[in-house]
Amino acid sequence: MLKVTNLTKDFGRSRIINRPSFEVGKDEILSLVGPNGAGKTTLVNLISGHIKVTGGIIEFLGQDITFASPYRRIKMGLARNFQITNLFENGTVLDNIRICLFSNYGKIRRGILPATHYKAITEEATELLDIFGIGNKEKLFPPSLSEGDKKILDTAMAFALKPKLLLLDEPTSGVATGDKFKVMDTIVAAIKKEQVACMIIEHDMDIVSDYTDRVLVLAEGNIIADGKPKDIMAESNVKEILFGVRD
Amino acid sequence: MAQLKSFVRPGLIIYLVVISGFLFLPRIVSTFNLILFQYGITFAIVALGFNLLLGYTGLLSFGHGAYFAAGAYGVAMTAKYFPDLFSLEILIPIALLISFLISAIFGFVCVRHTKIFFAILALALSMLLYALLFKFYHLTGGSDGLYVKIPMLFGHTFANMRRPQFLSGFYHYFLVGMFFAAYIVMKCIVNSPFGKALQAIRDNEVRAELIGIRVRRYRLYAFIISGMYSGLGGALWGFVNGHVTPDVSHWIFSGELVYMTLLGGFGVFAGPVVGALIFNFLKLYAMGSTEYWMFIIGATLIIIVLVLPGGVAGGLARLASRIKQPSDKGAA
Repeated sequence: MLKVTNLTKDFGRSRIINRPSFEVGKDEILSLVGPNGAGKTTLVNLISGHIKVTGGIIEFLGQDITFASPYRRIKMGLARNFQITNLFENGTVLDNIRICLFSNYGKIRRGILPATHYKAITEEATELLDIFGIGNKEKLFPPSLSEGDKKILDTAMAFALKPKLLLLDEPTSGVATGDKFKVMDTIVAAIKKEQVACMIIEHDMDIVSDYTDRVLVLAEGNIIADGKPKDIMAESNVKEILFGVRD
Repeated sequence: MAQLKSFVRPGLIIYLVVISGFLFLPRIVSTFNLILFQYGITFAIVALGFNLLLGYTGLLSFGHGAYFAAGAYGVAMTAKYFPDLFSLEILIPIALLISFLISAIFGFVCVRHTKIFFAILALALSMLLYALLFKFYHLTGGSDGLYVKIPMLFGHTFANMRRPQFLSGFYHYFLVGMFFAAYIVMKCIVNSPFGKALQAIRDNEVRAELIGIRVRRYRLYAFIISGMYSGLGGALWGFVNGHVTPDVSHWIFSGELVYMTLLGGFGVFAGPVVGALIFNFLKLYAMGSTEYWMFIIGATLIIIVLVLPGGVAGGLARLASRIKQPSDKGAA
């Protein structure tokens, strides 16, 4: 589904992404782990088109999207959330979801009838909020939500674009430890229900091993390990990089 | 349902009072004040458009005078070169078309930038138009400007009327009609999915791009709609004023538009309208009472920014919600 080949990204003289190559299959849920500064978020930014690639190729659904605009990538079915939540703070939770649905259905140019007139879209937005367990908060504004709910809303907004591949950048960072699994349960259940492929950036190894089928380990801009969570964690170089322990 | 009714009614009553107030105005106030009000209402149309850009898209333009001039000169130059076409039902579309073209060209350049860069670029382009209007003496009348005679409507001529008579008669109702049409259209735009997209761009440009809104293109759309509102206001203003000069494309005039919007409050839909209506009276009475009228205008702006950051309408809205809240609690 997604195929990345020898991708590079330079910021000034330093090479942040150093020729990783990997593929994401259909319906696959995989996680991307690595120490701070490994380039995880940069990699997501490159795939989503948020920043420009220096070299290498990104293919999605068999098409070369290395230099495609973010808009085209979204329309092809590539959506993402944000590590630091990125919401429309002057709109309600419902408005936030609704604008994504309007965008997804190509109705965003309609300039005459009020947004509330499109009942089907409002209904779908409410349904989506229920799936993500924040249906009772639809009238609130994002600043009054808890950090966990903001994260869920951010993910729900990416989800509302009906992607084929969802990139989730630390969906649980900033969430209270006790709530992390609840948040992940909600997100993963929704993803599995709609059969969306998903790449999750995560620090928490418990979450990685509980929720994902495959792990990519990124260090200094390249992939150093790729495999099942259990096998990966047994590898000594991974242990050293992720946990700083030597066998 | 009962909740909905109690919510809709006060709003409707306010609208009806305002509409009938506007319509009966020629019978209530003196011609002098009526014409002042008409200046205000043409600016109110401009301010509605201006606020689509400032309040809803988050772009501050210091060059909206250019599109106002486009509308006003569109009308005045038609009068000079095509006297046969000098009829309201043709002139208004002409003004809209010309302001559409100019704002599409200028907007295409401006929306590549935001914030101060956008404001300065818009200012520079409007000054460019100012220079053109000023220098092409044979075409535009240069600093003398152009005379705007009293227009016809569907073959009906008002030529035997003097301007105050025309203004307090038919034209007043035409103006009020155009204003309410513009008001309703703008209200529809800001509540539509398109309007919501603009607000999304204002709130968070990066996210808007990444949920599939083409930010630059939508900014351009907003710019053009806003420019056309300015053009419409400019055209209607031309008939009230009877004369157009290049000054309307000068940044000082654009600055007045910004002032009106701040005075009324750009956070409330009707704010700029209130601001535009107040501004003319404020300016004229300040001018009438002291030589240092600019001082009064400036001091008012400082007070507004410090005490009422939401503008006059924003302040009123806050007051209304404060009055409403205790009664809500009492009901519960």
